[in-house]
Amino acid sequence: MSKDWPLWEVFIRSQHGLAHKHVGSLHAPDAEMAINHARDVYTRRNEGLSIWVVRASDISASSPGDKDPLFEPSNSKVYRHPTFFPMPEEIKHM
Amino acid sequence: MDKPFFEYLLRLGDSSLILSQRLGEWTGHGPILEEDLALTNTALDLLGQARMWLTLAGEVEGAGRDEDALAYLRDTHEFRNVLLVERDNGNYADTMARQFLFDVWHYFLLQRLEKSADERVAAIAAKAIKEVTYHVRRSSDMVVRLGDGTAESHAKMQAAIDDAWRFTGELFADDAIDLDLASRGIGCELSALRQPWLAHVREVLEEATLTVPDEAAANHLAHRGGRQGRHTEQLGYVLAEMQYLPRAYPGATW
Repeated sequence: MSKDWPLWEVFIRSQHGLAHKHVGSLHAPDAEMAINHARDVYTRRNEGLSIWVVRASDISASSPGDKDPLFEPSNSKVYRHPTFFPMPEEIKHM
Repeated sequence: MDKPFFEYLLRLGDSSLILSQRLGEWTGHGPILEEDLALTNTALDLLGQARMWLTLAGEVEGAGRDEDALAYLRDTHEFRNVLLVERDNGNYADTMARQFLFDVWHYFLLQRLEKSADERVAAIAAKAIKEVTYHVRRSSDMVVRLGDGTAESHAKMQAAIDDAWRFTGELFADDAIDLDLASRGIGCELSALRQPWLAHVREVLEEATLTVPDEAAANHLAHRGGRQGRHTEQLGYVLAEMQYLPRAYPGATW
């Protein structure tokens, strides 16, 4: 099963969603069937959405051990954060 | 009461209802979890369609029967589904062959009913065809996968198609009711669906490296009659199971 039906990760953008979100995974022999199954399992066929499937083996993940060097946000070095510019009034959401 | 229209609606509703019941039997027994869900989804789509057709049939009849009365309190000879859908599930290839041959027919039928002169029929067809478009895509895909899979899956898929093929003649056999409804612009002539049906079926079977059975194999009179209430022995068992509870406790609400 793991050979013929590899694991796929499923990303879905809902009708009013801005970005694809990871919703889960499933087993399927190829991409087409993975999309069919993703539709049945994760979307209940809401119209106007988009599905991405990608083989789990094609995803590279960061290692939990790298947490500090990768994600420590250097909060003590204020000059690294671009917070010193006044935003123009017209720009509402940024 | 518009008797032919009532009968016509029963034919539509019963075919969806009985196929839905058959697919429901697969729940928890599919070859893989995802297929199990897909079959159940198809069953639910068809049940929803059956409810709409039977509710409308009850309205047209005007005798106070609702969808439940029509589904649960009619006996075999009062059912109007095509014989193809009441057949046993068999193995997965048998189920897929039945689904594929029915889905393609269902799609072309609904495509015409979408333009029905009766706006209620047109509305139900417009809703249903979205679901059936997906059913056709899925069952066509599965037939190709099994036909063009291993030697064993190929042999099973071919046997399943040959076996189900006998029941396809009925799908295109117009009777007085079909012709009447077609002439009023409510329904359509089934014989007109045969060419587009055959073209799609042939294309898929060829891609699946399967042989298209002889046309003559679909034309035996013994394998039609469901739409007139003459069924195979299998329908009685389906109904006995499906109707047990409402028969045992008549008038109960749930």
